[in-house]
Amino acid sequence: MARIELRGVAHAYGAAPSADDDYALKPLDLVWDHGRAYALLGPSGCGKTTLLNIISGLLRPSAGALLIDGVDVTGRPPEQRNIAQVFQFPVVYDTMTVFDNLAFPLRNRRVERGEIKRRVEEVAALLELTAELGRRASGLGAEMKQTISLGRGLVRKDVAAILLDEPLTVIDPHVKWLLRRKLKQIQGELAVTLVYVTHDQVEALTLADQVVVMDGGRVVQQGTPQELFERPAHTFVGYFIGSPGMNFLPCSIEGGAAVVEGRRVPLDAGACARAEAAARAGGGEILLGVRPELVARAAPGDEGAIEVEITAVEDLGRHLIATARLGERTLRIKLPEEARGEVRAGDALGIVFPPAWTTLYVDGKAVPREEA
Amino acid sequence: MEKPTNQRAWFLVLPVLCVVALSAVIPLMTVVNYSVQDILGPEQRLFVGLEWYRKVLRDPELHGALLRQLVFSGAALAIEIPLGVALALGMPQKGLRASACLVLLALPLLIPWNVVGTIWQVFARSDIGLGGVLVNAAGVPYNYTAHAFDAWITVLAMDVWHWTPLVALLAYAGLRSIPPAFYQAARIDGASSWAVFRYIELPKLRGVLTIAVLLRFMDSFMIYTEPFVLTGGGPGNATTFLSQYLTRLAVGQFDLGPAAAFSLIYFLVILLFSYVFHTAMNAADAGRSSR
Repeated sequence: MARIELRGVAHAYGAAPSADDDYALKPLDLVWDHGRAYALLGPSGCGKTTLLNIISGLLRPSAGALLIDGVDVTGRPPEQRNIAQVFQFPVVYDTMTVFDNLAFPLRNRRVERGEIKRRVEEVAALLELTAELGRRASGLGAEMKQTISLGRGLVRKDVAAILLDEPLTVIDPHVKWLLRRKLKQIQGELAVTLVYVTHDQVEALTLADQVVVMDGGRVVQQGTPQELFERPAHTFVGYFIGSPGMNFLPCSIEGGAAVVEGRRVPLDAGACARAEAAARAGGGEILLGVRPELVARAAPGDEGAIEVEITAVEDLGRHLIATARLGERTLRIKLPEEARGEVRAGDALGIVFPPAWTTLYVDGKAVPREEA
Repeated sequence: MEKPTNQRAWFLVLPVLCVVALSAVIPLMTVVNYSVQDILGPEQRLFVGLEWYRKVLRDPELHGALLRQLVFSGAALAIEIPLGVALALGMPQKGLRASACLVLLALPLLIPWNVVGTIWQVFARSDIGLGGVLVNAAGVPYNYTAHAFDAWITVLAMDVWHWTPLVALLAYAGLRSIPPAFYQAARIDGASSWAVFRYIELPKLRGVLTIAVLLRFMDSFMIYTEPFVLTGGGPGNATTFLSQYLTRLAVGQFDLGPAAAFSLIYFLVILLFSYVFHTAMNAADAGRSSR
């Protein structure tokens, strides 16, 4: 049972951090609820492993407090927190059997022998390791070793949260999805809090209820996969999630509409006004963002249709990715496979930016749709 | 899948065979040649078969030297391996202090062997040597030139001083190659520092420790220079090890036949022990993964 709360947690690896850049993790506040799956998603060096190690206690944050179920555990070493962690490279104790590996955390905590046997057998059944219990751990394959690492976390009855640091990196692709499914299933059955670090958006989006997108030591957005896809709060989220990433086109605001390369794109007047105000307040350039999937082809006589020139079409089997030129800007459009043959390089195509799926960004941040 | 036979591949091995023949096989065969002949003069020799082997194997002086050698190597291994591992565990992991430790540790390894002998010969002297005088001043009567036990302690102390750094350096390198995730996982599993050593560090050090044991065994079993300089094999025969006895036989008395037979037996004994150590330490590992 765990609710994880971070209050102003920040971390710098250097001794005396002064500038903002010295911090691998900038001050952040987060609350994670019990029994849900969270993914920390971001490129290498964005601070996600640092954050994970702070939660497990391997690192002590330079500032801020970490609360588990309302108790401040910032100063406690890992063994005094009810946290399990699985690492990128499988850690098993080579000289022990699978059984002893699973029993290790319990033996270290002086759990009574009968209880150890019961717990280990329970976890082994859950992870489908029962047949391997008597084997030496050193001869097993990477996915089995990683399963054992996970088992060492699950075997502790009091475990509040399981943290996984890119656990599938060294696993063969064809067993990756199996393990991922097993993980998801176990998380559902045991209702344990899961925090999963990854740089793979597919992994994050399929596994997690909530995805926390990080960049440069900051949390850029936390939300459901759908929210991240439909309403990226930051240009980084738009570009990092989705394949290909979101289109961003510089625009100006004129009379309650965005103007891109001289073409009017009718949008919500309130949002346009707020964007203009933010830009004038020193935010700089206004960007219009729209997902390649959500760019619509214009029907004849559509209001606000814009003509673009198709420069290339990639056929990905189930869909097409068209690269189009709008004035000096390039954008990508994802089309259904039915469009094959209808859209060709060199053609002109009428498109519409649907106001519901088009967001304005100032200084990287989304301009809110509704009045704050 | 059936392997194709290609006899021409042997030609590729030929250069190596030639080098090995010149460097090892031919010199060894001359020794074999000596060991079965009685050489009376440059042109006078007599084939004696296994006579020298019989003689050498029945030599009580050689038995004594062999026993001393075994005790010495056993003691050296029993002290140097645990001590080396302990030193490696206690060394700082990074930074300037780690470099300083490494350099200090490597110093004894850089000193020529006969100089090591000389250093200790002076250091341990009970009249003018710092070590010897201090021990005597502490109330322990000590004189390595007169008492066999003192001579033994001195030779062992010298070997430990000289060679423990090698074990420590090997173990240190082995420890540094353990990924940090193992230590982190152990902390999360609540392992004590003894458990970390027993279940992570020691198993991961198996490879380097096998090498350390083999190197130290072979070297200590062949020790010659340092005791030669330090005690000259004395007092009496107390610190006469196999190499010294062999040298006395071959160069001192010029008994080439027995000395050659002795050399071959010596070589085979080292080979045998190394083989036993190696298989024993590997078997412990293989037993683990095959079960």
